[in-house]
Amino acid sequence: MEAVLSILVGLFFTAGIYLMLSKAIVRILLGVVVFGNAVNLLIFTAGRIMREVPPVMSLDMTQLTGDTANPLPQALILTAIVISFSFFSFLLVLTFRTYQEVGTDDTVKLRVAEPEGKILPPMGY
Amino acid sequence: MNSETMLMMLIALPFAGACLAALFPPNARNAETWAAALVTLGAVVLSASLFPAVATGTPVRLNIEWLPTLGLSFSLRMDGFAWLFSMLVTCIGFLVVIYSRYYMSPDDAIPRFYAFFLAFMGAMLGIILSGNLILLVVFWELTSIISFMLIGYWYQKADARDGARMSLTITGVGGLGLLAGVLLIGHIVGSYDLDAVLDSGDLIRSHPLYVPAICLVLLGAFTKSAQFPFHFWLPNAMAAPTPVSAFLHSATMVKAGVFLMARLWPVLGGTYEWFWLTGFAGAASLLLGAYFAIFQRDIKGLLAYSTISHLGLITLLLSLGSPLGAVAAIFHMMNHATFKASLFMAAGIIDHESGTRDMQKLGGLFKLMPYTATLAMVASAAMAGVPLLNGFLSKEMFFAEAIETHADSILDTAAPYVAVIASAFAVTYSIRFIHAVFFGERPADLPREPHEPPFLMRLPIQLLVLACLVIGIIPAITVGSFLHIAVVSVLGADTPAYSLAVWHGLTVPLGMSVIALIGGALLYVLLRHYLAHCEEGPPYFRRLKGQRIFERVLVFVSWRFARLVEATLGTRRMQQQLRLLVAVSLVAAAIPFYNSNFGLGLFELGQIDIPFALLWVIGIACAVGAAHQAKFHRLVALILLGGAGVVTCITFVWLSAPDLAVTQLLVEIVTAVLILLGLRWLPKRWEDTELGRAPISTKLRRGRDLLVAAVAGLGMTLLSYAVMTRPSPDTISGFFLRKAYEEGGGRNVVNVILVDFRGFDTFGEITVLGIVALTVFALFRRFRPAPDTIESPEQQRIQAATDEERSDRITGQTVSDYLLVPSVIMQWLFPVIIVFAAYLFLRGHDLPGGGFAAGVAMSAAFILQYLAAGTVWVEDRLRILPVNWIGLGLLIAGCVGIGSWVFGYPFLTSYSQYIDLPVIGEIPAATAILFDLGVFSLVVGATVLMLIVFAHQSIRRLRAAKISTTTIEEVA
Repeated sequence: MEAVLSILVGLFFTAGIYLMLSKAIVRILLGVVVFGNAVNLLIFTAGRIMREVPPVMSLDMTQLTGDTANPLPQALILTAIVISFSFFSFLLVLTFRTYQEVGTDDTVKLRVAEPEGKILPPMGY
Repeated sequence: MNSETMLMMLIALPFAGACLAALFPPNARNAETWAAALVTLGAVVLSASLFPAVATGTPVRLNIEWLPTLGLSFSLRMDGFAWLFSMLVTCIGFLVVIYSRYYMSPDDAIPRFYAFFLAFMGAMLGIILSGNLILLVVFWELTSIISFMLIGYWYQKADARDGARMSLTITGVGGLGLLAGVLLIGHIVGSYDLDAVLDSGDLIRSHPLYVPAICLVLLGAFTKSAQFPFHFWLPNAMAAPTPVSAFLHSATMVKAGVFLMARLWPVLGGTYEWFWLTGFAGAASLLLGAYFAIFQRDIKGLLAYSTISHLGLITLLLSLGSPLGAVAAIFHMMNHATFKASLFMAAGIIDHESGTRDMQKLGGLFKLMPYTATLAMVASAAMAGVPLLNGFLSKEMFFAEAIETHADSILDTAAPYVAVIASAFAVTYSIRFIHAVFFGERPADLPREPHEPPFLMRLPIQLLVLACLVIGIIPAITVGSFLHIAVVSVLGADTPAYSLAVWHGLTVPLGMSVIALIGGALLYVLLRHYLAHCEEGPPYFRRLKGQRIFERVLVFVSWRFARLVEATLGTRRMQQQLRLLVAVSLVAAAIPFYNSNFGLGLFELGQIDIPFALLWVIGIACAVGAAHQAKFHRLVALILLGGAGVVTCITFVWLSAPDLAVTQLLVEIVTAVLILLGLRWLPKRWEDTELGRAPISTKLRRGRDLLVAAVAGLGMTLLSYAVMTRPSPDTISGFFLRKAYEEGGGRNVVNVILVDFRGFDTFGEITVLGIVALTVFALFRRFRPAPDTIESPEQQRIQAATDEERSDRITGQTVSDYLLVPSVIMQWLFPVIIVFAAYLFLRGHDLPGGGFAAGVAMSAAFILQYLAAGTVWVEDRLRILPVNWIGLGLLIAGCVGIGSWVFGYPFLTSYSQYIDLPVIGEIPAATAILFDLGVFSLVVGATVLMLIVFAHQSIRRLRAAKISTTTIEEVA
């Protein structure tokens, strides 16, 4: 089980990084989403995995003993999921604005600050 | 007043004076001078009155704990040597303050000058009086910084800025070296206390870290005292106002280096390494400084190189390791300060009166300013080592030491010759200074008509020259006792017998003096005509400038090297940077793997759970498919991405993380909605990649990217596998599991962690969420869609066209009826989802759910309405005001946190209780649930805000389209 799950994590990373290395911002965005999932899963596996023993008590219990899933990574990931959503939308807006201002989504062509053929900073300033 | 208080006052007075001086109005030149003179005079009196206490032989000490755990204390210590130096610094400081009144012009910023001047004096006294090595380094750095301010006083001049920057760079580097050296000494001795260090000479000298320690300490001393090869900053620092040069570059700052060497000489000196390091630097500075000084055109340049030479002499004396050498070094420090300060001031008068310092332009000033000329001549004679002046005495002692054999090496054999040659050079440049400035023809084209300066401007020089004469004629009576306590405090029991007399009989040193005097005079006669017209700088060495090398180094480090790094590593392209980042993290991660012998061989598939494996195969297929399809069909990629998200979600369910599953599922939904809303406004896909006809270079690039990504993925696989197959360490999780109900009052441990144990973190996180949402909102406020996205979507246009073709339909009907049934269902779902969200929220503390999940669910309810009925329809009926939700959420969460203060508990302490409500039953009523309510409200606000700003784009589009059509019509 661990091996297959770790392959899943690895492939999520591969897909995310590959997309993020692309030149088109849209693909970078998709890459960020996959990458976020990959990181969440990695943190999750760091807490070790356990089947069907969620860290939730039944009504007659006052503390959890014995084998229980690790609640700490879960708490970390829970906020990470929501925050990564918000950052995703932030990136999306930035993409929009960039496209609107510059007229391209090719990162190589984003050269408003350092136009092609001009002297490079600091001499250019 | 006891002596400790006086010591404290001595160091505090100049700094207090500096603060006071800074407050004067800019034009209060006289008042300013009065204040500064009083402060410096006070310091002189304080130093002088400490003499009886110091003369007893035990140093005066003052100790105030600063950071005792680090061995740091503000401890002051004044022994005979420190006393002599503080007298020197305060007296010359006082004289220079008077002189400055007449030197500085009314246009200069006088408060700034005196403030820095006095602060410098305080810092210098700090170096002299520090009883703790770290404290000494602090004051040492302070002198570097203040001297930067003083050298750059006329910051409107480029040479002042350059000189200041150079001196700060060099002395700053030296200061860092000194700090490191002091730390090493402290490590060896176990204390930074000067007394403790002075007591452990043998321990330090036999320690393996001795050589690094002296190298670093000497780096500090050599840079400060402008010793070869760090000498070149001093001539450049001559751009400073002349009073600054007279004070800093004769008496004080440059003396700090030799002071430190003399101070630590009993501990660090006397070894072979010390002899070579200081001996070489000293001899080189002595000889080169004197040689370079002959060929300067600027008077101050001549004096600066002469200072380098004299400091080299002192360094050479300290290198010898003989107590008599140390006596001569201390004596020469005093003598040099007296005659060099007076010469600098004389140079300032000449500059002030005639408007130039160029010796080739000057001449014949003796007739115009006979007093100044006489004073300068006496001081120059002292510099040249003419008998009956103080310079002669210490030079005699130097000659006597030079002919002794110390370490039996080539340096030792060369010492007498070096001494005589350098002294001859000193005679030459002294004669040149006097002859070129005061004699010869009087030039007609001087910028100003020279005449004698005011009496008070000359008085400081008179006093110093008088000192030169008196010490030179009757040394034993005048300074004998003062010098003796200084020498005893440095050398202790090793103090040798020495004699301060003018006449020792017909000795070898006397012969050497005579040779040097005659040789130097002859050399000047030979060089006279050459010097009258030569270029600046010595022949042969003219091109070899330390300054040039320094500038080259700076240019290399700050510009060429930076460009090189930038060209190879730095990038102007995000992808390249990202690739580098991934590659670096791969290497960084691979090293621990390699070190712990973790190989691929340890990777075992083990038993495979078929449903899991199938699920993950789907997930993998989705992720890979999304990556592949992102090039061609973004919608497909998006759907596949959703698939990957769902697989993550199911993984969470099966692996005991129901909270995560719920949240992930809901976030996947809103993310999909967001991308769908956004995709519309993004640029069209690239044409060249559509049919796989990409050029080879693109294919290569993609191949490389894939390789990088695959290796990174493999690494992550191994990492997560390695983590999962190892036993879990005992973490804080156990504590959470045990205490969740007892102390948090909740049965869902994850939720309790979020809203209770780690509530403060969550508070921070929701704040971030709110900020991001507001930023998104702000970025969109003035956004107008890009021109090529203003048109209606293609599908809508096709449908509209169908309407137009058919007579039984009204244009726009198909579009408005589109997805009618689903939208009705979506509208009906609105209350259902709200109830669901409330349910998720209320059960959150005990069962999977909670504020985050409920918040996202609630926002899904809102956005579904937008999708179903359109923005305009929704906003006509429902005003959501998400910004208020955000504010309210943050307010609730903050108030809950602050509420615990009322009961005397720390921020966000929770209190739990169960309340039995009719119908609904027993519900948990921990204060944490109120906090969760804040989280819920904020998540709703943030998510809805982000979603509806995207949704609003469609309204903007219509408006933008309308504007563009109107414009066209108007034009038509």
